[in-house]
Amino acid sequence: MHELSAGWGLLERNFHLIRRYLSWEAVDFFYNVVNAVTIALIGVRGGPSMVLYLLVGALLWNFLSIIFNEVANSVQWERWEGTIEYTFMAPIRRLTYLLGVSAWAVLYATLRTGLVLAVVALFFRMPLRAADLGAALVVLLVASASFIGIGLVAAILPLMSPERGAQATHIVQGALLLVSGVYYEVSALPVWLQPLSWLSPATYTLRAERAALLHGAGLGQLLPALGILVLFALVTIPAGYAAFRAAERYALRTGRLHRNG
Amino acid sequence: MDSRAFDEERPRAVAAVSSSGTAPAVRCMGVVKRFREPLEADEAEAERGWRERIGLLGRRSRPVEALRGIDLVVPAGSVYGVLGANGSGKSTLIRLLATLLLPDAGRLEVFGHDVVCEAAAVRRRINRVSVEASFFKSLSAWENLLYAARLYGLPPRAARERSAAVLERLGLPAQKLRARVETLSRGQQQKVAVARALLTTPDLLLLDEPTTGLDPRSKREVQEFLGEIHAREGTTILLTTHDMDEVERLCDRVAILDGGRVVAEGTVAELKLRFAGSESADMEEVFLRCTS
Ligand SMILES: Nc1ncnc2c1ncn2[C@@H]1O[C@H](COP(=O)(O)OP(=O)(O)OP(=O)(O)O)[C@@H](O)[C@H]1O
Ligand SMILES: [Mg+2]
Repeated sequence: MHELSAGWGLLERNFHLIRRYLSWEAVDFFYNVVNAVTIALIGVRGGPSMVLYLLVGALLWNFLSIIFNEVANSVQWERWEGTIEYTFMAPIRRLTYLLGVSAWAVLYATLRTGLVLAVVALFFRMPLRAADLGAALVVLLVASASFIGIGLVAAILPLMSPERGAQATHIVQGALLLVSGVYYEVSALPVWLQPLSWLSPATYTLRAERAALLHGAGLGQLLPALGILVLFALVTIPAGYAAFRAAERYALRTGRLHRNG
Repeated sequence: MDSRAFDEERPRAVAAVSSSGTAPAVRCMGVVKRFREPLEADEAEAERGWRERIGLLGRRSRPVEALRGIDLVVPAGSVYGVLGANGSGKSTLIRLLATLLLPDAGRLEVFGHDVVCEAAAVRRRINRVSVEASFFKSLSAWENLLYAARLYGLPPRAARERSAAVLERLGLPAQKLRARVETLSRGQQQKVAVARALLTTPDLLLLDEPTTGLDPRSKREVQEFLGEIHAREGTTILLTTHDMDEVERLCDRVAILDGGRVVAEGTVAELKLRFAGSESADMEEVFLRCTS
């Protein structure tokens, strides 16, 4: 009951923060829209399915990187505000904190990406007649879980190194963008880089979403990809949680949680 | 000044309280805490190898002994002052008790609960006010308090009533609750921080320089209020401060830290008698005698 209240408190707090930084939200949103539209426009010469191919990439990347960022930067943000010690001193389980952060990440990413989609739909006629929207939604849900897992693993970086941690999470995100085939097929990558794409859940997510939206692949056909994504989540979420606890202990031992006064 | 004289007394104080049955609010036994601190630029330059140059390893560092074996007992229901020069380890001690640091050696207990193994039990009974106001600066004071209340499972209505009462008592106008924290003065922020700590009715209140930066009137208001809370709710207060008047006004007992060690411990009157030769002496005199 108390843990529920704490989890809700995190959502409420983040909502208040968004409201305060609404102008930044708007700017960010504007950029997301422009980004998706310009990338999709590149595909116009290739026909409607090319446009859709690129749009899926842009929107999905938007969605996944919001989740990743919200989870990975939660600690960094509170450290910057100076509230981290108060949040960590509260009598709640760390699991509750991380679940609250993750729930917020999925909620927020869904809203943001949904809005971008709504605006982008004004620009393009999307040939979705063949699409299996239900299957696409299931893939999205499962993919969120695996991205929460990677976000958790990345969230320990700012705990371990206040100075360099945030930079490191950007590198992780950049690497994922490069190898996951967001705007191109993974086979376009240099051969030596291609194996890295196997390690990114985004690769499987994008492939499955495109199969569902462009070629109408149903859940049956997507089962292998879904299986891999579930596996990713099953490995990265517990591993991320364990790593977070270990990183927290490290921070408490070395005095890196906060250094002031 | 000879600090060894007190070494003999301290174990006796520890033993006296532990045999009395109920656990003291705080008990520290041989607490050691070390940090690593980066070397100065020129020191580091001399030791720099190619790895540091290209940033593969972090900067070179050296150990800092923040606490070198602290033994301390804070009786339940007392107001206990911790004094000491800058860097003597006061905040480190408070963070250890607040489960925000892990000790390198020794043991700390809060109401009999070990801060390392029973952190959750400790967290339920404490709260803390730190020197720097730690808030989401763009949120309003109330939004910050609400977040704190939720973390402790306190319903919003109870939180609003309690914080309004505290802030009114501390002389912060009610409409300030709706203002962004960053628009409040430092003293006003500090009052909100006190209100946040008291939302949860802690049994042990850890105050790290709670009145630093307050004007004389605000300072007095906060001190009187703390005294009231202590009298009314029996809250144990552990307080660090650089204000000697505050010590005299509030504290039952005092420990003076120097270089990470307790160099003096006792009631204000005892310390004055022992170090300044008279109970009517200045506390500042005692402080200067005890710290190097
Ligand atoms: N997180 C940390 N990382 C590295 N060194 C630290 C850390 N916290 C404290 N120290 C060092 O430990 C020593 C004690 O610091 P502490 O903050 O406890 O002093 P203090 O008594 O509170 O001082 P002040 O009166 O200035 O607040 C100092 O030398 C400080 O540099
Ligand atoms: Mg301090």
